[in-house]
Formats: sequence, C-alpha cells, structure tokens
Amino acid sequence: MTNSIDLRPADTRQVPAETTLRATLASERPANVIAEPTGDIALSVEDLNLWYGSKQALTNVSMKIPVKQVTALIGPSGCGKSTLLRSINRMNDLIPNVTTKGRIRYHGVDLYGPGIDPVEVRRRIGMVFQKPNPFPKSIYDNVVFGAKVNGYKGNFQQLAEESLKRAALWDEVKDNLKKSGLALSGGQQQRLCIARAIANQPDVILMDEPCSALDPIATLKIEDLMRELVKDYTIVIVTHNMQQAARVSDYTAFMLTDEKTTGQLIEYGPTQELFTTPRDKRTEDYISGRFG
Amino acid sequence: MASEPTTAPMGHDAALLQKQMQHSTFKRPGELAVVALLWLCGTISLITTVLIVTTLFGETIDFFREVSPAEFFLETRWQALIPGTESFGIWELVAGTANVVLWSMVFALPLGLAAAIYLSEYAHPRTRSILKPILEVLAGVPTVVYAFFALTVVTEYVLRPIFGADRVPIFNSLSASLMMAVMILPTIASVSEDAMANVPRELREGAYGLGATRLEVAIKVVLPAALSGVIAAVLLAIARVIGETMIVALAAGSTPTLTLMPLEGIQTMTGYMLQVGLGDAARGTINYTSLFAVASTLFVFTFALNVIATWIVNRFREAYE
Repeated sequence: MTNSIDLRPADTRQVPAETTLRATLASERPANVIAEPTGDIALSVEDLNLWYGSKQALTNVSMKIPVKQVTALIGPSGCGKSTLLRSINRMNDLIPNVTTKGRIRYHGVDLYGPGIDPVEVRRRIGMVFQKPNPFPKSIYDNVVFGAKVNGYKGNFQQLAEESLKRAALWDEVKDNLKKSGLALSGGQQQRLCIARAIANQPDVILMDEPCSALDPIATLKIEDLMRELVKDYTIVIVTHNMQQAARVSDYTAFMLTDEKTTGQLIEYGPTQELFTTPRDKRTEDYISGRFG
Repeated sequence: MASEPTTAPMGHDAALLQKQMQHSTFKRPGELAVVALLWLCGTISLITTVLIVTTLFGETIDFFREVSPAEFFLETRWQALIPGTESFGIWELVAGTANVVLWSMVFALPLGLAAAIYLSEYAHPRTRSILKPILEVLAGVPTVVYAFFALTVVTEYVLRPIFGADRVPIFNSLSASLMMAVMILPTIASVSEDAMANVPRELREGAYGLGATRLEVAIKVVLPAALSGVIAAVLLAIARVIGETMIVALAAGSTPTLTLMPLEGIQTMTGYMLQVGLGDAARGTINYTSLFAVASTLFVFTFALNVIATWIVNRFREAYE
C-alpha cells in the first residue's frame, strides 16, 4: 500500500490547556490517588456527580486519564464504573432524566460545558460495548459507517482495509467483506466493532467490558490488540476481570458503592502499585478476592 | 402412590417408579379439556374459512359458465348493470382499487413512517405514552364516518378550493384516498413503531457511539433493522385499503374507469360489490354471480399480499440478534 491512511489521531487535537498542566502538580493530589499519571492528560474528571432520576450513581469522582495509556476502571457490580465510562462520551445523555454535575475536561475543554455537541464528543471519543453490536449490514458497511456519517472525504476501501488490519481482523475477512457482520463469531464481531471505532479516527477509545461475552482465546486476542492500539490511542476500559486489568492496563481506578455513598472512587494509581501495594483496606479486600 | 404419608424420600423401586412416572392421558383431565377447547376454537375458524372459499369459488365457476375467462381478463370495460350492454372486463375495477391504493399510500407512507420515527426515536417516553394511545384511537373511528367526511368536507372544502370546482367531480378517488390515508396512518405508524422499538438498544448505542446524529441513527440503523416489521405494517395497511368499502362506495363514485388519475370518479372492486349487494340482483343471475367473480379476484389479491408479507417477515427476521 503506497499511500496508506494514517489512522492515528491528529496531534492538533491535543491542546493541553494551562489549567490542566497546573492541576497535575503533586501538591494538589487527592488523598486516594497513589501517584498522578505523568505526561499529557487526555481526560480530567473533576468532582463528577451523576443521578439517574433521584438515584445517585456517581459521587465526587475526580481522576486524570493519561494520553496513550490504558486506564482500567474496576470494582464490583453497581459501583458506577460503567456509568463513569459512559459519562466520558456523553452516552448517558441518551437516557432520560439523567443529571450530571461536575466537569470532564478533554484536553482542557469541558465536555459538559454550554454549547458542546455530544455528537462531536462521540466522534473524538469512540466506544466499544460489552456485547458485540455490529449493525445488520455487511462487514464493509459496518467499518465505514462512522466515516460515512461524519462526511469522510478519503478512500473508503482503503480506510476499511487499514481499520480491519489494525483491529487484527483483515486476514480473516478480506475475502468476504460483503458478508453480514452478524455472520462472524463473537470474538470477530467484537474486533469488527473495534475496527469500526478505529475507522472513525478517534482520539480516545472507551471499552465497556469488551471481553465479557467472549471465550478466553478471543479475550486474549482483544487484550493483545489493546496493547497494540495504545501506542496511538488513549484507552479507558471497564472490566470485571481483575486479571485483565492487571494484564492490560497502565493505570487502574477502583470504584465502590457502600451503604453511605454510591459510585465513589476509592483508589487510583499505576496498575502495578495498586495491585501490589494498595493503600486502602477496601481495595486490598477486593483485589484479593474477599468480596465482589 | 405411597399409601401412608411420609416425609422420607420415595424408595427407588424400579417397578414402582415406572408406574409412577408412566404417562397417562387421564392423569390430568383438566389439561385434556383445555386442549380440546383450544382445538375446537382453532378448527371453527378454519372450517369457516374453508366454507367461505368454497362458496366463493363455486359461484365464480357459475359466473365463468356464462362469461368467458377471456372476456373477464382481456376486456377493459366493466358494465354489469345495464341490461343488453353487459361487459365484464375486470381491469376497470382493478384499476379503481389500484388507484386508491396508490394515492392513499402516497400520503400515508411518508406520514406514517415519519410519525413512527418521531415516536420511537425522538419523543420523550412520557410524550410517547400520551401520543400513541391517541393515534390508536384513530384506528377505531368507524369508516362510514371517514366516508361521510370525505364526501362532504374533503371534496367540498379542500379539493375544490385547491384544484377548482370545475375540475373536481363530487365523486373522486382523491377524497377517498385522503381519508383512507388518515384511516391507515395509525396502522402504519403504530406497527412500524413497535418494530422500531424492538430494535436492540445496543445497535442504537453503537451508532451514537460513532458520532451519528439522531436522524442518522433512525434512518441508517433503526429503520433498516426494523425493515421487516415496517414492510409488514405497510402491507397490512394496503390490505385494509383494498378491502375498505364504505369510503370508496360513498366518496369515490360508481363509474368504473380505467385510470390512476386522482381527480376522477372511479369504482373499486369492493365498491362494485356493495352496489350489487345492495341492489336486487336475483340469485343465479349474471349480476349475482359477477359479485363472486369480483370477490374471488379481491381474495386472490389480499391472499397474495398476506403471503408476500409472511415471506418478507420470515426472510428478514434474522436481520439482527
């Protein structure tokens, strides 16, 4: 391929604002943070609270998600990790009666600020879901869907090929791109969904338990893929599986809902440290399998 | 059964177990009665249908003893009621039916789909819970009311001011088609909305997650995924238009005309049947049997539509999941 498409996100999008840089100073570090991520920050969650109707789902969550790293959100069911993930690309907007307070800054821009178009947010912050959800269309149409709705001007064939290659699916499907996406196996479908997200040329990819519906071999393939993709993309993954968090992530956040507070961030830091030397007793109990 | 009450587990005597576990029709008489009742209900409707079809085709055969099939299928003039000048070419009546199907769908299809998309993709759940029942009430209006409205209001106060009184005859297919569009709108909107509401939430989220707008999600993801249901809704609506009698009999006229133009007096198959049925066609006369010939034609059309609808629904059923 001579003039292949560069699927890596455009660097021009990364305009770190002064405020973000200042906020990374150690002196402002919250108590539950082992060590702030070093380097550029892609997303900065600031005092985020969220309610479904009158029921609170997130309480005062603050964390910084570094550029081109895998950040894992772990915790037992109902701890708010999926809610937090879906707040990042404003997917919660689609649910009626959701109230959000606080800020999520994306390279300095408040995603919940006035006049921010959620459609534009989702074009930059892509998502892969728990259950593989290819559209009932051909493999090719699935991959180029995002590019088509976003008015992509380049060569669609090339885009599809590059995206499928990056998602490690090309060799398995190159001979029948016209086949329905639903005819693929579960693992292939999930890689198709990743290809679909990549073809949109996002900056951040959110993954909501991407392997929970897959067998161990398909899971390993997706995990390898994540390590490959993180060279170019910022990845945030929600997972139930602590081994998975330990294997693939650079940073891990542990969330919990207790009697008093729903959806709080208990501890956040480099994965290695969080799993070996947790500071909070509750983190230790969870990662050693005592509950959850 | 064990004769003495005991809380201890039953013994594992093979012969006893065999007896206890043996299937017996009379073990649960209630179940037998229910099965018999259900079978009876199913059979009654089946027998009725068979009898109707037999009568229909029986009389139709009598009709073709007097009128050649060649005349029926190849002539283009339908003149049944003036003695001496009878001509039985079915196509004028078929054209009348096609005319009202065409024009009612021209109005009902875009409106019905737009309503379904609004209800399924845009409306707040509370808005939907108010609007949908109202829409469905429209389906309960007796068609004779629509018919009268078409004749007295639509032609007089809508069509004539728009097209000019001299160009719009008092009986015209457009007024009937418009009212039938109103009549089938709830069917198309409601059944399509059901189909669209059944599209898994994950598909919508997938599209939203790629930066699709609400309209793009509705048109490019939800509508194609719900296509089989939407097509079934449309075919159901067409079947209702084909079978509708009061509106066309009152508003569209009773002059069989081979035309698809909307501003002409026409007669549909059902319209003719009503006209003859209300008159005093004696049993055994050609007028009487022509009723059944037309009815058979109508039956073939609606039956074909049902078969096509079933086929389409099955063909696209695995569109998702």
